[in-house]
Amino acid sequence: MSPVVALDWTPVCPLDRLDLDRGVAALVGGVQVALFRTDGGLFAVDNLDPVGGAYVMSRGLVGSRGGVPTLASPLHKQVYDLTTGHCLDLPGVTLRRHRVRCRDGLVEVRLRQEE
Amino acid sequence: MVEFAPRLMPVQVDEAGGAMLRRYVEELGVTAYLGVATTALRPGPDGTVAALDLADGRSVDAELVVVAAGIRPRDELARAAGLPLGPRGGVLVDAACRTSDERIWAVGECAAVDGTCHGLVAPGYATAEVVADRLLGGAATFPGADTATKLKLLGVDVASFGDAHGVTPGCLDVTFTDPVTRSYAKLVLSDDARTLLGGVLVGDASAYPTLRASVGGPLPAPPLALLAPADGAGAGAGALPAAAQVCSCNAVTRADLDAAIAGGATDVPALKACTRAGTSCGSCVPMLKQLLDAAGVRQSTALCEHFDVSRQELFDLIRVRGIRTFSRLVAEHGRGRGCDICKPVVASILASLGAGHVLDGEAASLQDTNDHFLANLQRDGSYSVVPRIPGGEITPEKLIAIGEVARDFRLYTKITGGQRIDLFGARVDQLPQIWRRLVDAGFESGHAYGKALRTVKSCVGDTWCRYGVQDSVGLAVALELRYRGLRAPHKLKSAVSGCARECAEARGKDFGIIATETGWNLYVGGNGGFRPRHADLFATDLSTEALIQLIDRFLMYYIRTADRLQRTAAWIEAMDGGLDHLRAVLVDDSLGLCADLDAAMARHVAAYSDEWRDVLEDPERLRRFTSFVNAPDVPDPSITFAVERGQPVPARDAAHRRQPVVLGLPEVRR
Ligand code: SF4
Ligand code: FES
Repeated sequence: MSPVVALDWTPVCPLDRLDLDRGVAALVGGVQVALFRTDGGLFAVDNLDPVGGAYVMSRGLVGSRGGVPTLASPLHKQVYDLTTGHCLDLPGVTLRRHRVRCRDGLVEVRLRQEE
Repeated sequence: MVEFAPRLMPVQVDEAGGAMLRRYVEELGVTAYLGVATTALRPGPDGTVAALDLADGRSVDAELVVVAAGIRPRDELARAAGLPLGPRGGVLVDAACRTSDERIWAVGECAAVDGTCHGLVAPGYATAEVVADRLLGGAATFPGADTATKLKLLGVDVASFGDAHGVTPGCLDVTFTDPVTRSYAKLVLSDDARTLLGGVLVGDASAYPTLRASVGGPLPAPPLALLAPADGAGAGAGALPAAAQVCSCNAVTRADLDAAIAGGATDVPALKACTRAGTSCGSCVPMLKQLLDAAGVRQSTALCEHFDVSRQELFDLIRVRGIRTFSRLVAEHGRGRGCDICKPVVASILASLGAGHVLDGEAASLQDTNDHFLANLQRDGSYSVVPRIPGGEITPEKLIAIGEVARDFRLYTKITGGQRIDLFGARVDQLPQIWRRLVDAGFESGHAYGKALRTVKSCVGDTWCRYGVQDSVGLAVALELRYRGLRAPHKLKSAVSGCARECAEARGKDFGIIATETGWNLYVGGNGGFRPRHADLFATDLSTEALIQLIDRFLMYYIRTADRLQRTAAWIEAMDGGLDHLRAVLVDDSLGLCADLDAAMARHVAAYSDEWRDVLEDPERLRRFTSFVNAPDVPDPSITFAVERGQPVPARDAAHRRQPVVLGLPEVRR
């Protein structure tokens, strides 16, 4: 099942549907995206846990490590840097990031192609 | 397993080590074909691989073939640039890591230093250091590669280091083979038996870090003391000389580490940060701890990088200062934004102190996914549901109600070891509908998802059993209802047996009760799991009231003073004075705490309400239970099922069975 490519900004939900430091999942062009609102802004990453292989990242805990905002997988607790997508516990493992912004109170996502 | 060489792992181990390894591997049901090449892969009728042909004429059936082919340097750039390559690929460089063009250098795995590529991290770092030095006008040359390796082959520890095959002229071997613990070890010593040159370890590689650090130096202990398995004392890092390299990945000596410790590095992360030791393969980390111990540094009890205090100190802070939110706590007593360690700990403490529903306000963002969805996350992203069945006693009507819910939502159904029923395969958006039905049928949350009281198991008891002397079921139900919803540093389990025959296995629980002719005996600190332990007898012949009061205090004292994820057994073991101290505190009130503990439990009992019922009554809380925020009616398409033994199970196996599987590389630790 190859997802439809969505290169444009897709409105997802009102900003107030995102609780501070808690994620939600969204379907954008067939791709499962995990969205987070933190003090440091909005973040969007793949909902697929690259290690566990299940679509669960939106249910991970947000936090910080050494000053960078982080997300921990709810399956086996690997921690990812939300600003780069890199796994801080397993070198070489990366969570794909997507673009996200807020326009007129609406959260919008733009999928990122394979890097 | 087909291996071209005459033994397994020919580069790392010698013949005797290879033989030991083969015994381990064959015991796992893996047949090793050694000293033979594969000549062909043969397809079956469906076109996929069915067999391997070997050079000696034999044929091996195979459904899946994994080829281990080593690594090949990425030297395309050098090829395109017309630079000379090594005999087996790689950018050819001299000992200064310079190519034939003096303006071009190569480092890492792509560099063939004097013709040889090294696929390991330490030589890679060494080449980078050489080039950095050269660029600054220095004259560094590549010092030669340390090929020491420690890895696991099918769960068997294997390590080799230094001159593992004893090629140094005149060297001596000390070997040790123990068929009982099934370990093999060899040390290669200089001709005067004073200097360690190398070695091989199979089966037990615990001595590897110390031995490897001692290569080229005097032996840290007599050879047999070093080799005897499980004798950590002989091989401790404390015995190392100052010049010994503790971390070979990053060339850090004991002297460097001791200096860092003297300079104020008081834990492993600090040592890593200021010396870089332990930051690559990690195999030296146990030695870093030993060196801290040897220097008399007390290891920090800090919870994580956001709080310098232990869980117990955090509990007291929150309780005494009346703090009710994580943000205030971290602003006043910590730093940063928290993490997956401290957030659930604080959430649990706040819940233990009765700070309201676990999903209210900011508390919702602290809960890990199980507490957040009040269900247990499973490997495929679906959840399981466990309604409470106090004491394991259930009416036929309620049993039918569970069966109907399982049938209607197509849930995989299994009886747990705690006398309850676990329903698997629920999507997030189904959880409220499932619980609506369960609550209507009179069920409430079983807290299987929480670090909380799970179940109080019971045996038959004197109502029916010919041997019973007390009503074990009645007591189990009363205890489970009293302590339901109580959040703790770890899960809590209990059981009640109606006589000394102990059919409920109460001594395997955090608190277990066994009936006597005249009352109840209380046992504490038992558990199953990874390290099973029987509970210890704590008090005898108690009346029901005295028993409940003692358990109240035991649980509240545990909740206040245990560490994160410390079960009752470890908590008691770590206590100064152990069980006697606990008895003094809880029975004789030696700390004057008992009134406080009693009151705390009374508050818990009075404030209990069913978490799931509370969620169903509140649209704000219910809002979270959707798979997708922008498509609330779309079920998560990644959750699909196959059927096994007449029940739904995650579909992953069926879907992937005939497809190519991407295999992770085995973890190779140096
Ligand atoms: S523990 Fe005693 S009372 Fe309970 S079922 Fe066994 S024999 Fe009967
Ligand atoms: S030996 Fe220290 S990190 Fe590898």
